[in-house]
Amino acid sequence: MNGQAAAPALCARGVHKSFRRETGETVQALDGVSVEVAAGSLAALVGPDGAGKTTLIRLATGLLRADAGELSVLGIDAAARPQEVQNRVGYMPQRFGLYEDLSVGENLDLYAELHGVGAEGHAQRYPQLMQMTGLGPFTRRLAGQLSGGMRQKLGLACTLVCSPQLLLLDEPTVGVDPLSRRELWEIIDHLVEREGLTVLLSTSYLHEAERCHQAIVLNQGRVLVQGAPRLVTDRAAGRSFLAVPPSGQNPRDFQAKLLDGPGIVDAVPQGSRVRVVCDASEDAASPLDGAALIPVPPRFEDGFMTLLRQVAGGGGAAPISLGRPLQRHGGDAVVRVRDLVRTFGRFTAVDHVSFEVRRGEIFGLLGPNGAGKTTTFRMLCGLLPASGGSLEVAGSDLRSARAAGRQHIGYVAQKFSLYGQLSVRENLSFFASAYGLHGALRRERIAWAMEQFGLQPMERLPSCQLPGGYKQRLAMAAALLHEPELLFLDEPTSGADPLARRGFWRRINALAGQGVTVIVTTHFMEEAEYCDRIVILDSGLLLAQGTPDEVRGHAIGAGREPTMEEAFIAVVERTRGRDGAGPQA
Amino acid sequence: MKRSIAFSLRFTAKLRRVRALVWKEVHQIVRDPSTIAIGVVLPVILIVLFGYALSLDVKHAPLAVVLEDRSPAATALASGFELSPYFRVRIMRSMAQAQELMLQREVDGVVRVREDFARRLGQGGAEVQILVHGGDANRARIIIGYVRGAVAQWAVRRGAEGRSAEAGPVVVVDRLWFNEANDSHYFLVPGLIVLIMTLIGAFLTSLVIAREWERGTLEALFVTPVRVDEILLGKTIPYFVLGLIGLALCIVSAKYVFLVPLRGSAWVLAAVSMLYLLVALALGLYISSAVKSQFVASQITLLVTFMPAMLLSGFLFDLRSMPAPVRLISYMLPARYYVALLQTIFLAGDVWSVILPNAAILAGMAALLSLLGWRVTHKQLA
Repeated sequence: MNGQAAAPALCARGVHKSFRRETGETVQALDGVSVEVAAGSLAALVGPDGAGKTTLIRLATGLLRADAGELSVLGIDAAARPQEVQNRVGYMPQRFGLYEDLSVGENLDLYAELHGVGAEGHAQRYPQLMQMTGLGPFTRRLAGQLSGGMRQKLGLACTLVCSPQLLLLDEPTVGVDPLSRRELWEIIDHLVEREGLTVLLSTSYLHEAERCHQAIVLNQGRVLVQGAPRLVTDRAAGRSFLAVPPSGQNPRDFQAKLLDGPGIVDAVPQGSRVRVVCDASEDAASPLDGAALIPVPPRFEDGFMTLLRQVAGGGGAAPISLGRPLQRHGGDAVVRVRDLVRTFGRFTAVDHVSFEVRRGEIFGLLGPNGAGKTTTFRMLCGLLPASGGSLEVAGSDLRSARAAGRQHIGYVAQKFSLYGQLSVRENLSFFASAYGLHGALRRERIAWAMEQFGLQPMERLPSCQLPGGYKQRLAMAAALLHEPELLFLDEPTSGADPLARRGFWRRINALAGQGVTVIVTTHFMEEAEYCDRIVILDSGLLLAQGTPDEVRGHAIGAGREPTMEEAFIAVVERTRGRDGAGPQA
Repeated sequence: MKRSIAFSLRFTAKLRRVRALVWKEVHQIVRDPSTIAIGVVLPVILIVLFGYALSLDVKHAPLAVVLEDRSPAATALASGFELSPYFRVRIMRSMAQAQELMLQREVDGVVRVREDFARRLGQGGAEVQILVHGGDANRARIIIGYVRGAVAQWAVRRGAEGRSAEAGPVVVVDRLWFNEANDSHYFLVPGLIVLIMTLIGAFLTSLVIAREWERGTLEALFVTPVRVDEILLGKTIPYFVLGLIGLALCIVSAKYVFLVPLRGSAWVLAAVSMLYLLVALALGLYISSAVKSQFVASQITLLVTFMPAMLLSGFLFDLRSMPAPVRLISYMLPARYYVALLQTIFLAGDVWSVILPNAAILAGMAALLSLLGWRVTHKQLA
């Protein structure tokens, strides 16, 4: 056994894997991937959606078989002897299959028994796991009643009962709020440092790759870079800046302008400034208009975007233009929420929440899972009656005139909620009729949606067969057909990769610029920077509200400018600390 | 020696894994209201429904007796109808009125005693006219039979009282074999056992593996030392026990609530029921494994097991009166063999010449379907 310590825990050579879609086309998920993960190291697989991250992990578990190439896991050929690999590795799929009607303890016992962990193994391992995950007080609770973060921790604990030699985690932190994400990372760090475990995980949070020993960047089934995260970060060395917008210009508009400019690789808003990554070839002065540039150390994400731009080329989605821009009456409130309460039985999901949204604003609702974001959202859209308080949307009181209020709003649900069997055009034409459009106006609006969202090439495709990005575009197009003043987006970027997210925010930005008010929920904290104002919710209470800069001000003391995520954690922890233990589930 | 120790160690590990999976399944069954609903509540509802509400017997059939003749002989005949438990009689005077009632389906039949009934009785050529609503041919035939019976009884009574036996000395005695009381419970209740075994065996299990695919629980389960046969066993055992509970419920209610005689041995009944249960379980698991979607799996299972068990197994409709192609299809249905076994064991006894071949076919089907289920379940995605 000792002799194998130097051998890599996972070694792939020229691995190919393709799938056939239902439509008949073949998708090359992995195209000659060669990867090595050293024993005892922590490696991250990063890359846009469809890069092949999940496929590679599944191949390593022996759940899929490669079309060509070799893949050995812990020195075992994964294709030839999958059972032996499965005896030795811990695997957490993207949607970890916890048995929801079993308790925390029963889920753990099941996996312990399946792995043949004996009584003494139990006695030794359980206290460790309970301490690590903080699940100790909840062993009798049903897994289905746990919060998202605790579920992930239980999933991780289930893969750890047998003390595996290699841990394969597929997006373990996706959809988990920042607090739980931090706790998960503490567990993973502990496992690698103290127990000498090898961990390979995939993630769509790029900053998470920075804390790993090794980063493997995948794109369209090929490895772009493999090695220390610095290798990726350094691609943007000396090219990252904070740009201060010229006086009087909205940082958001400034960011949009920069993103279009030549010589700019990436531009994202950061508070009142814009973080820019410039191209190496040019000095990129032209679009910056002589704005002040403050050099900053590059982040992993900067290097990652540089890499992707080199492969995928620049550009992306063109911003939308509304047929008839709405008049901008800057400043007047379109949404007024006062003392909003919603109870479900004895449980208070939303607890006396008050805020206002002004016309043409991008307004963000942030909070951990179960904070009351979606409940608030549904009440705003008139989908759920409020238990108390007042609620005014676009001038109509939603408690008495819901139908009138709905004429003014567009809503995009978190899940794809169009008709999968209908084609793109049929979906649009159905929703146009549902909104009461007919005749010339209807034709005009459908043509507008097709053009602005670039849906023409997909016109006749059943919408269930659309690629992910197109589905979202279609959903947004359908919500904008009746020219609403207000657009509600529930977790629109969940599961989308960094490139797609940028394209999405570009559209949102353009809409807001033309007078549409946008209200959005998100669990990507850095996306709060795209918003004009945000509120932070936790357990139904409104904890903070203001501009992103104001909210970040809550976490002052870090010595440098805190990230949105740090600010969020600080705000939530402060309130929970004040109430004693605070809600856990 | 070493090899045998290694083998027994491996075997113990296997047993432990199966035991863990069985416990998991039991917890899930107990906590999932929909499983309890299909596994326990639905059988009870079916027993009550089939046992009490659905009956193919004709009793209290509404009947109009038109007495155009008021002689004592005619009145005696009418009272014979009135006393019969099979009829609810309305005596009337005019045929037109009775026909009206028949058209409105207020009555199922009309018995007409003409005004010359007593006179022609004296001459030895009396006639009683019977009109029956033919909407339900089966029911109509049964009613005609009952009316004939009532008339014959009246004639016998007359003969016994010493009057001339105009109807002749010959009295037709109908006797139904195996179901002397012509009580439909006698064959409905054994049929019910087929339905309930099919429901628990195939319908419930068709959901369970597909559910694990849908919820993503199998993906995590696969990457453990667990083997495919262990997963299948872990599913089969708890539902087998659940099926036995349903079986016990059916047999007890058959015997003590509906008073169906059990002429064969209870052990043989239990043994063949277990065989059928295994067939149903294996079929459900096979479908579930193959389609991986709860909705599709449940639809397919209803189509290939439950509906045929109801219509083509000989439980409700006699297979011999079906056209040949349909009868051929019925040979592929496990329910057919089980129905034959149940009817034999309940109503005729342990007739080995019927039991052995049918049981052998069921055993063969169970083995084949288990093998198929094992072959179709891979620890592989896509």
